[in-house]
Parts: sequence; structure tokens; C-alpha cells
Amino acid sequence: MALLEVEDMVLSFSGLEVIRKLGFSVETGTIASLIGPNGAGKTSVFNCLTGFYRPDSGQITFNKRSIRRLKPHKITQAGMARTFQNLRLFKSMTVLENVMSGMHCRTSVGAMGAVFHTQSQRREEELIRLVSEECLSFVGLLDKKDRHAGNLPYGDQRRVEWARALATKPKLLLLDEPAAGLNHDEKQELIELILHIRNELGITILLIEHDMGLVMKVSEKITVIDYGKKIAEGSAEEVQNNPKVIEAYLGSEDEAL
Amino acid sequence: MNTSSNTSMVANIANWLQHQHNRLVVLLVMAALAMFFPLIANNYMLEVLTNAWFYTILCLGLNIVVGYAGLLDLGYAAFFAVGAYTTGILTSQFGVNFWLTIPAAVFCSMVAGIIIGGPTLRLRSDYLAIVTLGFGEIVRIIARNLEITGGASGLIGIDRPYFFGIELSQGIHFYYVFLILAIIACFVSYRLQNSRLGRAWQYVREDEDAAEAMGINRVGVKLYAYVIGAMFGGVAGAFFAVKMTAISPETFTFSQSVLILLGVVLGGMGKIPGVIIGAFALVLFPEVFRDLGSMRMLVFAIVMLVIMLYRPEGIWPRGKS
Amino acid sequence: MSTTDIILQQLANGLIMGSFYAMVALGYTMVYGIIKLLNFAHGDLYMVGGFVGFLILSAISSLLGESWTAIVCSMVLSMLAVGMLGVIIQRVAYRPMLTAPRLSILITALAVSMILSNGVMTITDGEYMAFNTDLGFDGLDFGNVFISYTQLALVISASVLMVILYLFVNKTLYGKAMRAIAIDQDACKLMGINVNKIIALTFFIGSSLAAAAGVMAGVYYGSLHFSMGFVIGLKAFTAAVIGGIGSIPGAMLGGLLLGLLEAFGTQIPFIGSEWKDVFSFGLLILLLILKPTGILGKTEIERM
Repeated sequence: MALLEVEDMVLSFSGLEVIRKLGFSVETGTIASLIGPNGAGKTSVFNCLTGFYRPDSGQITFNKRSIRRLKPHKITQAGMARTFQNLRLFKSMTVLENVMSGMHCRTSVGAMGAVFHTQSQRREEELIRLVSEECLSFVGLLDKKDRHAGNLPYGDQRRVEWARALATKPKLLLLDEPAAGLNHDEKQELIELILHIRNELGITILLIEHDMGLVMKVSEKITVIDYGKKIAEGSAEEVQNNPKVIEAYLGSEDEAL
Repeated sequence: MNTSSNTSMVANIANWLQHQHNRLVVLLVMAALAMFFPLIANNYMLEVLTNAWFYTILCLGLNIVVGYAGLLDLGYAAFFAVGAYTTGILTSQFGVNFWLTIPAAVFCSMVAGIIIGGPTLRLRSDYLAIVTLGFGEIVRIIARNLEITGGASGLIGIDRPYFFGIELSQGIHFYYVFLILAIIACFVSYRLQNSRLGRAWQYVREDEDAAEAMGINRVGVKLYAYVIGAMFGGVAGAFFAVKMTAISPETFTFSQSVLILLGVVLGGMGKIPGVIIGAFALVLFPEVFRDLGSMRMLVFAIVMLVIMLYRPEGIWPRGKS
Repeated sequence: MSTTDIILQQLANGLIMGSFYAMVALGYTMVYGIIKLLNFAHGDLYMVGGFVGFLILSAISSLLGESWTAIVCSMVLSMLAVGMLGVIIQRVAYRPMLTAPRLSILITALAVSMILSNGVMTITDGEYMAFNTDLGFDGLDFGNVFISYTQLALVISASVLMVILYLFVNKTLYGKAMRAIAIDQDACKLMGINVNKIIALTFFIGSSLAAAAGVMAGVYYGSLHFSMGFVIGLKAFTAAVIGGIGSIPGAMLGGLLLGLLEAFGTQIPFIGSEWKDVFSFGLLILLLILKPTGILGKTEIERM
């Protein structure tokens, strides 16, 4: 069953079509990848899925529900979480506070509860802390929970973003270039973490990535786009041997000198 | 001279204050001082300090908007005006008991907050600043031109309230009224700051997009801050009306809004003790330097510029990181 | 007066007010375009410009009399002085804040605005200053529509200044650098453009245009007051938003439109003059909510 289904999605910026009639789907419980050369429109697709851009037309169905017109926070509430290509942490706050942000949409106490410290408020605060710490220990950062997020090394900051996304209790996790800026060892850890999240937590994963080695290793299905259009789809092997994909990445023979 | 030793002393005190126990001691000593102050003070001192507590409430209210949620509101005096006029009109023209007008004042300022905040909080921060400025002026001009608000001369002869049979009319009465209100304002601010909502404000202030991606309703959370800030202003306004027994549109000018903002910026945006110090500085400074006269606002503006350039976190030191 | 006469008269009034608004709006829009700063102090520079022009005119009137030559001289000198003031403000107050959070730089701009208006208030004791000229009240009389030579001269000089600005921005290398910085400051640094110098230049031009408008306002109204920058600042900002903030032709167009709108707005019954500012501010608020990009502004990518 498809958890996410995109049909005929079109997005244009002042007349220029960035995404053209794109359609693809992500099956529940799989790890899927969206790849393509620079400027192919990958991040734009993510922004459409998460509600940051509103596509001109097309359908986006998530968990049997149309989400095309929803605001970003509603989409997160519906169970789709994301990370950002360039880290977007709340830098002056602690690691734990960062992760607690993910639990915001799963809790509800408002101003009254906060002022009077009602029982439900105290219970909820406890729950937020508990879940956040669980998420941190899952990515292996529990011992750094009281550090300021902005002071952590780059690799750790990425993990904070992951923990934060996990704290929203997503069904689908969108990872925007998770391997960017990581060294070889860190990439190996990343692959394990991705598999771990899917296998242990049962979260479906869709990632955008430039590192082909990583994509080929973890993905069960790969969608290749170029100029906002889907040009190939299939398993790692199928995609690797597809002439259209090779052309998109290396240029056609006529262009090559 | 020895500014460096001064700042390190301040830092030491701040460090010392980080301990819960020490903080409690300081808090109790300060509360006792505030409580027993009227026993030794003369009328003039009492009046000045009452005013300081009054500004503490207003500054704490604006602090929720500016300090917590990071929204620049240049028309905060409007909410203060709505509270004051609601109470003024209801008591003087409809004979409603003062205590019953408080919920009405809170309600009206909340509605004002929703009306202006609802459509505008999705705007860019600088546009929001201009919109709030325009809104502040609109409220003042309306108050000046309507009959029910007493036109340019305002409302006079607002009755003093009774509290268990005692007419609240003396300086000492209002000293305690505003002291209690200020304590409540501190308590509410503190609780909000350390709550789910308080964190949400901080997330939105730091990075709106990331906050939204985490499932936080950006506009809703800002509106919350705006409306709670408006309520603080409304309550302060209601009590202001009965303390002064007269209100006029010229109390609620743009300068008033800027003054309250200065109190927040001066002490340190988002920090409760800082905001209290800011409010006191606002009131005490012109009393101490009386010769300044009309140059008061000029000096304040220069102070504000210097603070922003050299110490944007305000007088109150940052907590340890 | 016939309806046509009223329309023509209001058209003339609207164009005159509109050229004031346009000149001040230009400074807002140029500064906003280049460093994305809403310069609250801009309206106050207009006010300071008026006072500086007045001082210079009083000083040189013994030599030149209070004639057109003297007025033009004092306007040019005031433009230079206030232009420099704008550069100093940019250098001292805004440049250190460019990387700070948006809230901080807005508060800084507010502080600068308060310093200028309260500074002038202190110097003038909050009094009105009479701006005397011996221009007289002659003018062109078209039956029921009257346009004084002063008004005519104001519109003409405003147009000349705006044409010069337009040519400067579109035809010179400096103008090209300005437009480039507005698009991508970092790329400009890499291309060897002296970004700080161009930003300073932008402040200079914007401030001197405001000063020119301030001197014109002094000549037109015959008096000056420290608070005159506040309302015109708001209105010029409205004009800049109408035209699309960041767009230079937009500011000119927005200024003229707002001037006309106000001139005809006062003709609407039920809206007494005491409600005039409510009308303008209400318009501003509605505009910001409904069409924040204005007429000629670039539409940003729709970000939900």
C-alpha cells in the first residue's frame, strides 16, 4: 500500500516550471530515494510535500488523505517529518529543548495549564521530556542533552535534527541530503541509522541524496528526476543501467566534447 | 576605569543567582522590602514606586510579545488604552461596579489583540511593526474623536473602587494594588516562559521555518503571545483608570508605546528580572534627573541606541550556558 | 465650482502632495531594496532637512535675499548636509547591526528616529518655526482652478530630481552596483564591488531626497515642526508599499497615487478631516494584509 502518492504535480516560479507533471509513490515500510542532477528540483519536491511551497496543480495523497492544501504544521501533525539540507536547529537552545519541539504537535496544554500547573500539564511535560530523551538516546546523543545545539560538532548537529524529527512521531521521514558534509565513517553510521529507524521504529523513509554509494546501498526504490520530470524509476540496479539516467548525469554524447 | 571589574562583579552575582536556593533568598528579601517600603516612605516616594510597579506590569506584558515571541509591537499603548477606556466608560457612564469591569477590560483588550493580530501576524516582522504603529495611532485618534470616550479631553470623575468596604483612594492603597498586580504578572510570565507554549515562542523566534516543520502553528503561537500581552495591558489599563480617576487620549501616544518598549529593551528582552529593572529605570531616571525636563525622551532614545549597539541582551546578564 | 473644477483642483493638489510622498518614499524603497531595512528614521531626515534648509536660508538671505536662487542654494546645501547625516547614521548605527536579528536592527532604527525628532524638539523647544520666503502668492489662474508658482516649481523640481535619480540608477555603473547588491550582496563582494561604499551612497541619495522634500515642505507650508516627519514617514512608507517596496519607479508611482487618493478622499462626505489619518493608516494596514508586494514589487515565491 502506498503511504505517499504524488500525481501530476506541477510547480512554477514566475512562469518557469520547476516541477513538471511529476508522479511517484512511496510504499509503507520502505526506504525510497529521490535523486537527480543539481537543480533537478529535488528540494522543491520536498518543499511541496511538506507544505512550504504550494504546487500549482496535481495531487498529493498521504496516508489516504489529500495534503496539497495543508500548511506545514498540519502536514507534520499528519505524520510527515523532515530534516533540512542546511541545518536549521534552534541554535541558542539546548539539545534537549530542540528535540522537545518535535513533541509540540503531539501535546496540547495551553496557557491556562502553564500558569496553574495543572496535573495534566505536569504529566504532559514529563511525557515530552521522556519521549525527547528516548529519541536522543536512539540517535546516541543523550549524554549531550544539556549542551547548546549551536556548539555541537556538525555531525552531532545532524543527529539532533534527526532526533527532533523523530520526536514528532512520524509515519514518513523525509531526509534532505543527510550525508552532505559527512566523512566516510560518519556515512557508514548514517546508513546503519537509516536502516535502524526503518527496522526498529517502522518509519517509512524518503531521502534526497547526492552520494550515489549511499543511495544504492539503502534504497529499495529509486526515483530519478531531471528538469522536474521523472526520467526513471526502479531498483538500484535498474536505475544504474538506464541510459536516460546516465545521460542526465553525464550529458548526452552529442554534448560531450 | 574599572568597568571590567564591574562587569565581572555583575557576572559573579549572576552566577550566584543561578542557584535556586540563593535566588529564593534574594526574592524573599526583595518581597519583604517591597511589602514594608510604605512604612518608611513619604507620599512622593510612594507615588513614584507605585508608578514603577505599574510600568512593570506593562513592560512584562510587552515582553511576552517582544521578548518571548520576538515580534516588534509599536502600538502596545493601544491595549492599555482599551483596558482603561473600557473600565472608564463602564464605571462612569453605566455605573458598573469597578471589579465587574475587569473581565470586560480583559475581554476587550483580547478582542483588540485578535483583531489586529489575526490578519497581520503572518506578515514580515518589519511590516508588523508598522501595522502595530498604525493601529496604535488609530485607537488614539478614535478615542479623541468619539463622544463616548469624552473626546480630546477624555473621561473625568471615574469613581474609586471599594475593596471590602474600604475605598481605595490613598497612595498606599494603590501601592499595594499595583505591587500585587506586578507580582501576579511576574508569576504568570515565569510560568509561561517555562512551558510548552513558552518554548514554542522561542522556537518561532529562532527559526520560523524549522518551528513550522516541527508541527508548530507559527501564526497561532504568535497570536497567543499577542493576546496574552494585550490582556496584561488591559488589566493595567483598568486599574490605571481608577487610580487616576481621569484618562485622556494623550496618555496613549506613540511615545508611550516606545517608552514601554524601552523598558523591555533596557533590562533585557525575555528576562523577567531584567524587564523589572528596565521598568524601574524608566520611572526613576526622570525623577532623579529632574533637570532634564523635555530632554527625557532624547536621553532615553540615546540609551536605547547605545544598548542595542553595545549590549543588545540588555542590562541583566545572560544566564550561564 | 463645477465638478470638473473640483476634480482638476484636487488633481493638482494630489499631484503636489504626491510628489512629496514620492520623494520620501524613494529613500525608504532604496534603503529597503539594498539592505532590507525599514529605516524608521527616514521621515525624521525629511524633517531635519527642512530645518537645515531653513537655517541655511536664514544665513544666506542677507546676501541673496529670499529669492528663488537662495531657496535653490539652501535646498542643495541641505541635501548635501542631510545626505552626509544619513551616511553617518548608516555607518554608526546600522552597519554594526546588519548581521544581528531583525528585531534588533528595527529597534535601532526606532532609536535613531527618536534621537532625531527629540533632538530637534529640544533645540527648537517644541515650537513651530516660520519658514519665510518672499515668493508671494502669484500663480496660474485657470478660472476656478488655481496653481501658484510655488506649487508649480515644487512639482517641477521634484520631477527633475526623480528623473536624475532614475537615470543614475539605470545608466551608471554605481546604479548597476546598487541593483546588483539588492539581488545578492555576497556575490557582489566576490565580484569586487565595494559593498559598504555603495550602501553608503544609497543612504546618501535617499537622505538627500528626503531633505529636498523637507525644504520644499517648508516653502510650501511656510512653517516647520519637529513632529512633521512622523506622519509623512508613515505615509511615504504607505506609498512605497503601494508601489511595491524595493522598486524605484514603484515608489514614484505609489507616492503620486497616495497623494491623489488623499486629495479625493477628503472630498468624500462623512469622512471629516479629523478622520483623515485613520483613513490613511487604515489603508496602509489593509494594503499590507491584502497586497504586501504592491503594484510593481517582485512577487516572492509563495511560501505557505
